[in-house]
Amino acid sequence: MTLSAFLFQALNGLSTASGLFFIAVGLSLIFGVTRIINIAHGSLYMLGTYIAYSFATKIGGVLGFWGGILATALIVGAIGALIEIVLLRRIYRAPELFQLLATFALVLVINDATLWLWGPEDLLGPRAPGLGGAVEVLGRKLPTYDLFLIFVGPLVLVILHFALARTRFGRLIRAATQDREMVGALGVNQSILFTSVFALGALLAGLGGALQVAREPANLATDLVAIGDAFVVVVVGGMGSITGAYLAAVIIAEVKALCIGIGVVDFGFISVNFSKLTLVAEFLVMAVVLIARPYGLLGRAQATVRSIAEPEEPIRPATPMLKALAVTVLALLLCLPLLAQSSPYLLILGIDVLIAVIFATSLHFIMGPGGMHSFGHAAYFGLGAYGAALLVKWLGVPMGLALAAAPLVALAGALLFGWFAVRLSGVYLAMLTLAFAQIVWAAVFQWEGFTGGSNGVIGVWPPPPFDKSWVYFVLTLLLAVTGVLLLRRFLFAPFGYAMRAGRDSPLRAEAIGIDVKRVHWLGFAIAGGVCGVAGGLFAFAKGSISPETIGVGRSIDGLVMVLLGGIQTLTGPIVGASVFATLQDTVMRQTEYWRALLGAIILLLVLAFPQGIVGAFAAIWRKGKIEKSEGAS
Amino acid sequence: MSVLAVHSLSKAFGGVRAVNEVGFAVERGEFLAMIGPNGAGKSTCFNMINGQLAPDSGEILFEGKNIAGLVPRTIWQLGVGRTFQVAATFGSMTVAENVQMALLSHAREIYSLWRPAGEMHRERALDLLEQVGMREAADRPSRELAYGDVKRIELAIALANEPRLLLMDEPTAGMGARERHELIELVKRLVVERNISVLFTEHSMDVVFAFADRIIVLARGRVIADGDAAAIRDNAQVREVYFGTGKTFAQSTSQGAAS
Amino acid sequence: MSSAPMLAVDSLSAWYGAARILYDLSFEVGRGEVVALMGRNGAGKSTTLKAVMGLLAQRQGKVRFNGDDISALKPFEIARRGLGFTPEDRRIFVDLTVMENLDIGRQAPRTFADGAPAPSWTPDKLFALFPNLAEMPNRLGNRMSGGEQQMLTVARTLMGNPLLVLLDEPSEGVAPLIVEQMASTIVELKKEGLSILLSEQNIHFARLVADRVYVLEKGQIHWQGSMTQLDNNPDVQRAYLTV
Repeated sequence: MTLSAFLFQALNGLSTASGLFFIAVGLSLIFGVTRIINIAHGSLYMLGTYIAYSFATKIGGVLGFWGGILATALIVGAIGALIEIVLLRRIYRAPELFQLLATFALVLVINDATLWLWGPEDLLGPRAPGLGGAVEVLGRKLPTYDLFLIFVGPLVLVILHFALARTRFGRLIRAATQDREMVGALGVNQSILFTSVFALGALLAGLGGALQVAREPANLATDLVAIGDAFVVVVVGGMGSITGAYLAAVIIAEVKALCIGIGVVDFGFISVNFSKLTLVAEFLVMAVVLIARPYGLLGRAQATVRSIAEPEEPIRPATPMLKALAVTVLALLLCLPLLAQSSPYLLILGIDVLIAVIFATSLHFIMGPGGMHSFGHAAYFGLGAYGAALLVKWLGVPMGLALAAAPLVALAGALLFGWFAVRLSGVYLAMLTLAFAQIVWAAVFQWEGFTGGSNGVIGVWPPPPFDKSWVYFVLTLLLAVTGVLLLRRFLFAPFGYAMRAGRDSPLRAEAIGIDVKRVHWLGFAIAGGVCGVAGGLFAFAKGSISPETIGVGRSIDGLVMVLLGGIQTLTGPIVGASVFATLQDTVMRQTEYWRALLGAIILLLVLAFPQGIVGAFAAIWRKGKIEKSEGAS
Repeated sequence: MSVLAVHSLSKAFGGVRAVNEVGFAVERGEFLAMIGPNGAGKSTCFNMINGQLAPDSGEILFEGKNIAGLVPRTIWQLGVGRTFQVAATFGSMTVAENVQMALLSHAREIYSLWRPAGEMHRERALDLLEQVGMREAADRPSRELAYGDVKRIELAIALANEPRLLLMDEPTAGMGARERHELIELVKRLVVERNISVLFTEHSMDVVFAFADRIIVLARGRVIADGDAAAIRDNAQVREVYFGTGKTFAQSTSQGAAS
Repeated sequence: MSSAPMLAVDSLSAWYGAARILYDLSFEVGRGEVVALMGRNGAGKSTTLKAVMGLLAQRQGKVRFNGDDISALKPFEIARRGLGFTPEDRRIFVDLTVMENLDIGRQAPRTFADGAPAPSWTPDKLFALFPNLAEMPNRLGNRMSGGEQQMLTVARTLMGNPLLVLLDEPSEGVAPLIVEQMASTIVELKKEGLSILLSEQNIHFARLVADRVYVLEKGQIHWQGSMTQLDNNPDVQRAYLTV
């Protein structure tokens, strides 16, 4: 590649950086003040592109395009305000995880709403009136509109910077970012502040999305791609730093642009297509930054967020009653193949439920006792599933070997990603794990020659006698029971205690000689490995594996299962997984808009139990006690 | 040889010298108090000794070995125990399990995946709890304890690795006067039995005057005084930067020494 | 007290999660009076102040302030009626300068229920009260010492021109010299006509500032009376304060 081509790509990267900046800065501002990671921020960005498209095509002309972009920003800002008032305001006191889940649910609902309103096709907007041409730069044609975008980003950065430094609104934002309760106690109406910040963040995302209308088609997959990128940008730039967000946006966009620019390079013995490595490159940048600066380029150590969750009870060995119950359930499950003669579907459902149990239990292992809220557990499910399926496809290994390899592949992935993830905590960790899962998903999706791309790997059927449903069911049951008991054993061993010690009080744990990061890293790896078993079983149960089955949706499923059952109990994930998987198999397959339905279920869950299910029961119990004591007095 | 010897220790934050060429030593079995105005550099000094902060320059010799810049867990493993200003326990564990955790770590057994931890080192944990008077509470969740009792648990945890030096950051912060004296008396008894040296920071002058063998005073990042209670009490400079007129605390050293 | 009390609390109870912390507390603070809530650590002093300020999700009971019922109001509404809150752990905004911190606390001047104007504060007036702060108007919060932060917390609350200030453990965790300065500041504020409700463990400090005392133990009031009465009552001191 020549120097001029190189520089030209760099310019291209700068125009992309502006879009990334708009979404990342909004995400960062909202988190700072409300402590909510708005996962629906990518959805607001996507909505921006769709709404701007409608303005530009329905009204058209200069007004429809430029006026449309401004109107879109305002509309998306208003949608943001609405979301804050109707939904988020009710859950500020809920545990962090529930807030994340609620915004996840919004992603699902907004995606289906967009599908319903605009249809599944990609929609490309018109050229920008007045900026439709191109200027010649370094002997190549650079669209004038891209040049315009290059300047819009820094302009907004400067405006925001001054607004935060010089206005009372800016001071309030900075103060609330540190201690919102104290700001309230000094007479500032937090509700108005929160709503305005959320609206501002949404407006910026909407603006960013709208500005893309003349550049890229509106697409239903944009929401998750955009939020994934935004997370990386925020993590790299440092949470809460708007300058950091711009800097990181430029770095990420440049790295991507250069990868595309380099294209295929022949190293003599091997030729590498760099344009397919954009996601890997993004990951590498993030990795390097996190090693050097754990809080991002311009970020600072995060203040500890005051925990309002109910404290957890010490763990006790299973009571005789629980043991008896477990044996009974196991016996019933072993009898299931007999019942299945009349209803074969029952076994399919049984296998699905058992796989879900392994998946949820392994996620709970790090979420509960480890306190690591992974939003990307699907990655290890996917690594296990693809690991097994690809071994069958390319090397023709037998099922036993493939199933044994599944956890090893997942373990290797979890060791790699976990090493980075445990360096962060709380929502930062959640974002990073989600970004990793997106990378796995994208790698599988982009690497068509090896993984079959969007079609996935097919024909992964179990050999006899496992081709019979009931035999496969028994195998799944065996592995599920082994997995669950093994994880339980680990939790009662010194290692499990050390993991909880690191979660309860990292400082105290370090002060008694525990290497908390290392313990959590190994915990993360163990959970990933066990999760890989679920993935391997899944591939053989369905006979195939495709990117959509290992997407972000599966990560959310896991979270819902764990929260549904109760994060503070060891049996919770089993119950949660069973209920959820049954619900999913029976109800959600009935509609094309299953995402919206799932989203609605999550929202109901979150709004009905804003303290979590356990918290809700505790509250009811408490209320009963108060009334009783009042009656007595 | 001193148990702890600090030489020319310095640390700056953004150009401000929080700790400036500080030097002092703690002898075997000595109970040394570090006092001074807020912002004098006590916490910074403490956090460099326990490994939470890396010094810009200077030496921290523990039994002759330079521990400056080592991480907290390594320093603990060398034999330095520690209690926190805001007492912290593992809230999801019982009192005994809290102590067992430290014993497991001391025995390098935390990576064990198989044996149930609940029964490991339990006897030794109960023995330590006995010594701080908390044997009865062994199987209660630690988060249910009153603050003063949590401080006692912390002490049991700190003794688990048989330290030769104990660092206590404001051990009596947030406690009433009687609780304060009881806790420090307990600490004093336990460390004298074991010949452990103690370095502690404290704002309660009654505690300092009653129990410290020696006192060093920090102000603006430097040691401005070093001596016994009487010498420190009569030091004009200390009076000016720290004590004031003394109206807000009980000052008598003789009364404290008697208790 | 001739007129209605500035703050009247009736049967105040509060919970943290499932644990009940306060049991039917009733107390008053008169206009221009300095009242101390005393008791051991964990007796419920800080919780009482937070409950009055509306900072606890679960509380019951009636709180009347300056003639209005504020029991059901949110913290910001309570602050806007002239109740100032100075937390124990200071909680100044460390990323903001001294001036910016003061600006966050700024509210319009206000009057007492009888129409008399309440003391009103400007940065200049506060700098006269806290000369240390005057030397560092543009210093960031995280570059200040503990004592300076303590003063800024009080100054920031005063910027809201409060009628009554809730002062949580002003003598905790600061050097004796700063404790003395806090005491003289409280005496100054009383002279200006402010009412103050403070929580305190240090009887030497309380003796310098308080008119009346309520002694708390396990979330209940066990003794009340004037500061002089407490001084002359070694039994109460031993039982609940353990001097």
